[in-house]
Amino acid sequence: MNINKIVIIGATSSIAHQTALLFAREGVSFVLAGRNQNRLDACAKDLQARGAKNVSTLIMDAANPSDGKLLFEQSLMTLGEIDLLYIAHGSLTDQARANKDTGYALEEFMVNFNSAVGYAMTFAEYFEKRQMGNIAVLSSVAGDRGRGSNYIYGAAKGGLSIFLQGLRNRLAKSGVNVLTIKPGFVDTPMTADVPKNPLFAKPEVIAKGIYSAIKNGKDVIYLPWFWRWIMLIVRMVPERIFKKMSL
Amino acid sequence: MKTYQSWGRYPKFIPHKVIRPNWRDEITLPLPAEYLCYGLGRSYGDSCLNSTGTLIDTTELSKIIRFNPETGLLCCEAGLSIAEILKEYMPHGWFVPVTPGTKFITIGGAIANDIHGKNHHRAGNFGNHVSRFELLRSTGERFICSRSENPDLFSATIGGLGLTGMITWAEFQMKKISSPIIECENIKFGTIDEFLALSAVSDARFEYSVAWVDCASSGRKLGRGIFMQGNHKSSDNPSFKWQGNQIPFPFEAPDMMLTSLTVKAFNLLYYNKQVSKIQHTDVDFDPFFYPLDKIHNWNKMYGKRGFLQYQMVIPFESGSKVLFEILRKIADAREGSFLAVLKTFGNIQAAGMMSFPRPGITLALDFGFNGERTLKLLENLDAIVRECGGAVYPAKDARMSNESFKRYFPRYEEFSKYIDPNFSSDFWKRVTTSQKI
Ligand SMILES: Cc1cc2nc3c(=O)[nH]c(=O)nc-3n(C[C@H](O)[C@H](O)[C@H](O)COP(=O)(O)OP(=O)(O)OC[C@H]3O[C@@H](n4cnc5c(N)ncnc54)[C@H](O)[C@@H]3O)c2cc1C
Ligand SMILES: NC(=O)c1ccc[n+]([C@@H]2O[C@H](COP(=O)([O-])OP(=O)(O)OC[C@H]3O[C@@H](n4cnc5c(N)ncnc54)[C@H](OP(=O)(O)O)[C@@H]3O)[C@@H](O)[C@H]2O)c1
Repeated sequence: MNINKIVIIGATSSIAHQTALLFAREGVSFVLAGRNQNRLDACAKDLQARGAKNVSTLIMDAANPSDGKLLFEQSLMTLGEIDLLYIAHGSLTDQARANKDTGYALEEFMVNFNSAVGYAMTFAEYFEKRQMGNIAVLSSVAGDRGRGSNYIYGAAKGGLSIFLQGLRNRLAKSGVNVLTIKPGFVDTPMTADVPKNPLFAKPEVIAKGIYSAIKNGKDVIYLPWFWRWIMLIVRMVPERIFKKMSL
Repeated sequence: MKTYQSWGRYPKFIPHKVIRPNWRDEITLPLPAEYLCYGLGRSYGDSCLNSTGTLIDTTELSKIIRFNPETGLLCCEAGLSIAEILKEYMPHGWFVPVTPGTKFITIGGAIANDIHGKNHHRAGNFGNHVSRFELLRSTGERFICSRSENPDLFSATIGGLGLTGMITWAEFQMKKISSPIIECENIKFGTIDEFLALSAVSDARFEYSVAWVDCASSGRKLGRGIFMQGNHKSSDNPSFKWQGNQIPFPFEAPDMMLTSLTVKAFNLLYYNKQVSKIQHTDVDFDPFFYPLDKIHNWNKMYGKRGFLQYQMVIPFESGSKVLFEILRKIADAREGSFLAVLKTFGNIQAAGMMSFPRPGITLALDFGFNGERTLKLLENLDAIVRECGGAVYPAKDARMSNESFKRYFPRYEEFSKYIDPNFSSDFWKRVTTSQKI
């Protein structure tokens, strides 16, 4: 199907913006949702100057996702119809802090899991009725196995992947595509403080993979591709050994 | 992973600290610290390096702010590259007003070195086409600079080597072109005087011109070369295919690769490619402007030792005699250069107080770094350039002396007043510290 109208939640994310640039050249219209108006405006102008048809912005906060319904209604009003919901927001949890501060850990769940589920569910109803549409969501390889250094973020992303799997199963009957995106390390503001290693990919490279996976109606995609095999091995390590490793 | 070398990979550099801002309005420059912007590192020497300070990697600041498709006025963040701009706007018939020999440079870099291209005789430097930019100073102040607002800071920043602060965004005039194809004429010449004659005739008829000169030969052959001139093809459909793919140069070549013998063979080959005396060809803009971009890391061909580039301009009055002397010094030293590019600069007044281009003849050469031998040769060339009132290009320099710098850039004291006290570069520290030559 042609994708002409796109809603991006967490549109100021580096990966999301790079993906949006690829669609902008095709003259699509966007609703960009995020929590920082000034950043949203910068993204909107950039897309506009690179060929997007109409771009408008909406304020949302994933820490307070009760605005999901409103966000959907406003998006639909602005665009008339919606072909793609792309959920990109996320927060790399400070695990050390979460170990001591349960409140914080649960807030992180709200941002990385609950909010995304809420948005996807709201839009799913619309797509289901319309009998077409696409939902693409940024999960992570971190959700493939729990690690001591990153399990709050990992659990949220893991939950998100399972949720998307179920949603896909439900919506497949209505001709709606659900794409689970699992990037490995990506060099973006989120990982600014993570020491870089050669496995880090550039967001524009990840974006190309996402763009073509959406276009081709894929289900689950690891980006870059080699993470599928890395995670296969990581998942295969017996728990009795895995628990002794510091990862 | 990014190593923040300069293009010549000499001098060797390890960054002390790097920051990489993402949002132009949110940048803060905490003090105490000493800053320098680093764009795409296409400067050859040490003007984009600061080994004790904090580099500001500008490449994430790559958003377009607005483009007027009627007038071609483009406003964008300073880390946007020419390659990205061409990808976006060439299919609509717009080209950058001035381009260097690589498309992998940022707009911030284009302004800070007030870069020139093959159309200098028609268009001047990049700065001549810049209408406004924002300059962020270490005090946190932001100045809009143009010919009418903060005009001093405007002209100090154009060609200001990144020392006046950080350019966050800039607005400049793109150029409407009739085609991405260049109708190109290649003409063999036998002497520098022939080159000057060709150049003088070409300027009125051709938008772009440049020459390649053989400086590895000796005796009578010295000074021969190929003059290339071109215009955008008229009546052509400006839709074209974008060739983004590059062949990466995957490893460092052994140091043997560029002996004077191979360079000589290369030069001969290049020269003899010309079958008849004048050759007409249609060339795509990419190979015409950016022949070296095809091989991504061609700078690694020089191996671990790195290389130097030497670009100087000498006034027309000194003419072919001085140029010939320089070529002979290079040939005699057998420090054969891989590429020797020759061009005349026109007399359009530069917008920057420190801009390098000035009316005259400019020659650019690469030298594999062979320690003292290379440095000595270049210092000897400097002596000639100083003597005749010429200049050497800081964007390509890693070794000019304090004395040379002052002679080449007589307005440097005036310029110093506009430097941000918390910005500096290895280049600047080097050329403002007296040293023995
Ligand atoms: C193959 C090749 C061909 C070339 N041909 C030409 C040519 O024909 N003509 C020509 O003029 N040059 C030429 N150059 C040199 C090149 O165009 C300049 O060195 C240019 O400035 C490089 O831009 P950059 O973005 O890589 O900047 P860098 O090399 O990273 O930095 C250059 C300078 O710009 C400053 N700077 C960068 N961004 C900012 C900012 N946002 N605010 C303030 N200061 C900033 C830096 O501090 C530094 O002083 C060539 C280089 C190569 C590798
Ligand atoms: N980078 C990686 O290595 C990597 C790997 C795998 C998966 N991912 C996932 O990819 C997605 C995009 O991340 P990125 O790498 O592009 O990083 P990024 O550029 O830092 O983007 C993170 C985005 O999340 C938004 N966000 C964070 N908390 C929010 C909140 N409470 N409400 C609304 N928005 C919020 C940010 O908004 P502001 O601009 O307002 O801060 C920003 O748009 C995330 O879901 C991330 O988990 C990233």
